Amino acid sequence: MTGRVNDFTLKIATVNGTGSASANSLLMKAIFRMGVPVMGKNYFPSNIQGLPTWYEIRVTDPGHLTRSGEVNFMVALNAETFAKDHAEVTPGGYLLYDSTWPRTRELDRDDIHVIGVPLARMVNHHFVDARTRILMKNVAFVGALAALLDLDLDVIEQLLTETFGARKAELVKANMEAVKLGYDDVREHYDCPLPMHVRRADMTAGHVIVDGNTTAALGAMLAGATVGAWYPLTPSTSVMDAFKGFCEKYRRTADGEREYVLLQAEDELAAGGMVMGAGWMGARAFTATSGPGISLMNEFLSFGYYTEIPGVVFDIQRVGPSTGMPTRTQQSDLMECAYAGHGDTRHLCLYPADPAEAFHFSMRAFDLAEHFQTPVFLVSDLDIGMNEWMVPELQWDPRYRPDRGKVLGRDDLERLSGPFRRYMDPDNDGVPFRTLPGVHPAGAFFTRGSGHSKHGTYTEDAAEYQEVMDRLRRKFETAREHVPAPLIEYAGKAFSADGRRPQPVKYGMLTVGSGDSAVREARQNMKAGGTEIDYCRVRAFPFSDDVQRFIDEHDTVFVVEQNRDAQLKSMLLCELEVDADKLVSVLHYNGLPIASMDVEAAVLDHFRKAKAS
Amino acid sequence: MSFMKKPQVHHAELPVNGLGYTVRDYEGGMSTLCAGCGHDSITAALIQACWGLDIEPYRVAKMSGIGCSSKTPAYFLREAHGINALHGRMPSIATGANAANGELHFLGVSGDGDSLSIGFGQFAHAIRRNVNMLYLIENNGVYGLTKGQFSASADIGSTTKRGEANEQPPIDPVMTAISLGCTFVARGFSGDKEQLVPLIQAGLRHRGFAMIDIISPCVAFNDHEGSTKSYAHTREYFHPAIHADFIPPREEIRAEYEKGRAMPVELHDGSTIVLRKIDVDHDPTDRAGAIAYLERHREAREIVTGLLYLEEEGSDLHANNRTVPRSLVDIGMHENAEAILEEFQAGCR
Ligand SMILES: Cc1ncc(C[n+]2csc(CCOP(=O)(O)OP(=O)(O)O)c2C)c(N)n1
Ligand code: SF4
Ligand SMILES: [Mg+2]
Repeated sequence: MTGRVNDFTLKIATVNGTGSASANSLLMKAIFRMGVPVMGKNYFPSNIQGLPTWYEIRVTDPGHLTRSGEVNFMVALNAETFAKDHAEVTPGGYLLYDSTWPRTRELDRDDIHVIGVPLARMVNHHFVDARTRILMKNVAFVGALAALLDLDLDVIEQLLTETFGARKAELVKANMEAVKLGYDDVREHYDCPLPMHVRRADMTAGHVIVDGNTTAALGAMLAGATVGAWYPLTPSTSVMDAFKGFCEKYRRTADGEREYVLLQAEDELAAGGMVMGAGWMGARAFTATSGPGISLMNEFLSFGYYTEIPGVVFDIQRVGPSTGMPTRTQQSDLMECAYAGHGDTRHLCLYPADPAEAFHFSMRAFDLAEHFQTPVFLVSDLDIGMNEWMVPELQWDPRYRPDRGKVLGRDDLERLSGPFRRYMDPDNDGVPFRTLPGVHPAGAFFTRGSGHSKHGTYTEDAAEYQEVMDRLRRKFETAREHVPAPLIEYAGKAFSADGRRPQPVKYGMLTVGSGDSAVREARQNMKAGGTEIDYCRVRAFPFSDDVQRFIDEHDTVFVVEQNRDAQLKSMLLCELEVDADKLVSVLHYNGLPIASMDVEAAVLDHFRKAKAS
Repeated sequence: MSFMKKPQVHHAELPVNGLGYTVRDYEGGMSTLCAGCGHDSITAALIQACWGLDIEPYRVAKMSGIGCSSKTPAYFLREAHGINALHGRMPSIATGANAANGELHFLGVSGDGDSLSIGFGQFAHAIRRNVNMLYLIENNGVYGLTKGQFSASADIGSTTKRGEANEQPPIDPVMTAISLGCTFVARGFSGDKEQLVPLIQAGLRHRGFAMIDIISPCVAFNDHEGSTKSYAHTREYFHPAIHADFIPPREEIRAEYEKGRAMPVELHDGSTIVLRKIDVDHDPTDRAGAIAYLERHREAREIVTGLLYLEEEGSDLHANNRTVPRSLVDIGMHENAEAILEEFQAGCR
């Protein structure tokens, strides 16, 4: 294992608030620039300063952009978590620590290699200012790693120059001095590079490193969103920060006037109302929040469903219940989003798997919301939203035209004979026509969350009420084939009898969102071990017929999801015609992104148990 | 823009406004409120006020929360889009709608329950953002629609029909609004249309959040002896501090005003409000003075009415945001989306 080139996991344990974040992304970017695929995951506390934080970097030329579940190289710089970090290294792996304070007693494993670097001593000797000393310690370990892992110092210097800009050349210089401290010390005392290192390759061309909150925000702007309303809540806050950043750059006229309004609401309930108000007026509007915010928005989600007002809600899921673990990831709002609100409600949900899909689905969400005149969820999570992912470059589709849905404009209304009737179904697809305020007197109607007839008038009449509810159900059925279809991959090469699709194997695996890459790696590993499994990734709710078929054509389907209560499985059982015994849950809900090892272990365990019984 | 009206039989005797409309053109559906409900009188005042201002009905966005009061937008301006929000949540709907298109007139109707209990937070924050709208609280001291429970505006000692007295102090929307920095704060009475119509007109023309607290008796649950929101009690303690005459742009101020008592205030669209002091003690442009004045009269249990505080220089939500002076409904698409995407990604490699 020690000889793994371009295929290992590095984990850095530091203290929050010491500036380690920039050192970590510097490392990740350097590996990316050297042409080697890389994954980065940040496990940070809900705290500004002082609590432990980890950063996991996987160097992966097989392209597994997911946690493997093991750590081959630990940079243990946090005294508080040292024992745990030390224990986590896989046998044969490496541990680097700050030997300014020798830890001879704690370093009691003889199955790992220990590398001591006197980071604090060197840095304190070299730099005077207290804050600089703290920051530079982090840069010095980057230097040490550069020597051990054979990272290109020119690349590091280039990245520092890009970060600080030419105007802060003295900062680049100071940082490079710190890099050299670590670099030289390690070269002096250890054989460099280690057998486990990074070798230049050409596998990252055509890729970018982005986080999913930024891409979702960019999608919102490019989809034409002009009103955003929100209340700060980790891990969704950076969506609005990014949206503001993009709009300040691209949505201000020459005179500095803004072609957008960003409203920091008094709470998420109000943010929901603002989105509904703007959607009613006809603008593309959205909010970004997380589980606790969705709870508050329920009242308006029910309202928006029934009054048929478009709006987009980004749910960047985090660990619940309640305040839970705000900075850890989970997929525990699947059901909350799908059925949010009182009464018979159901909502269109899009489930991106990575930041690239978050971009495309963000745009898609605005089209679907206006097409179907309803709130639409982009159900992302902290892992997608806040971690840096290597993804293929985002492509702009020059044919993109926003789908503004069935809106009667001024001329349509001028020609209208008789009163405008809001909730009819002229096209038999469940989607009515709407009108916007201020356009034409003939378009006026009264929007209400109280009982209304298909004409849009107040009603308490049994039949009139039910007629609207039934049409809403039809509208949802129409959406089934409009939302992104699942991605299905068959393991075998043989084709089915009708020749239309590959012959399914016995087992299928089904997941949603950020579980994608872990499942892919697990499938590949199991295939190498002789077990073939077909794959389906659900990308939207309502589930299309393809999902039903996928389950039908397999004896057993593993449903992999990141929550305790098997929410996706429950939704499948509730929405489709499936035999419950077919579905085997693989659940992961400890707050860390699911690792391929978690998936593999659960599936193999199932096989073992099945064999035994 | 103006539209050809469908031919309507006009009563010859009804006067037309500048747009050629009669008050009938400003009406809405039939009210389903109790006969004698104060809210219906306010609806009539609204119709009168909009007609008098030559407002194009379809250029109004009317909105409300939930309650008897909140039902009323269905009873006026049938050619305007309306929205019944959720209970207490109209301010957020109004804020979002106004953010999307500030070109329309925004007219919100709420109740004392709607604004002072469940919706107190949203009410306060819409004031704080200075959303450009007229916001009416049709204040009857009770929850009419849920059958007569005390609301947060009920006075200490005011009794229910069955004689139980309220013991908690009231939340006064006027005091609240002034202290929150509301730029237009008034109080009226559903039973005094002469005072109310110009207040509504001035509020519609004011740029920023205009709040009018309107005592509006609930004949079903709060119009008995012992209630401090009954017609009789309101009439007895009614204290007009100031009268506001609304004068449209380019019209001369013709009335004769007694020296020292009249204060003309020009609004941003060129119209004028002449504040005619009935009580010389009160200066509606002095915030601290206004609060002190209200406090003194509250102690005397008087219901001070009129345009009680006015600040015409405040900047509203869009002015603070420096929004383009257009609706945002159709301007979101980027011609150069591909270039934007590429510029962004150039920094991600
Ligand atoms: C979430 C929610 N809770 C409770 C209600 C019930 N409700 C409807 S109207 C109302 C009170 C209305 O009082 P007010 O705003 O003073 O209006 P009024 O009927 O007196 O004009 C209540 C409590 C509701 N509609 N929604
Ligand atoms: S119950 Fe009261 S508030 Fe409601 S309509 Fe009747 S009188 Fe008006
Ligand atoms: Mg009331």
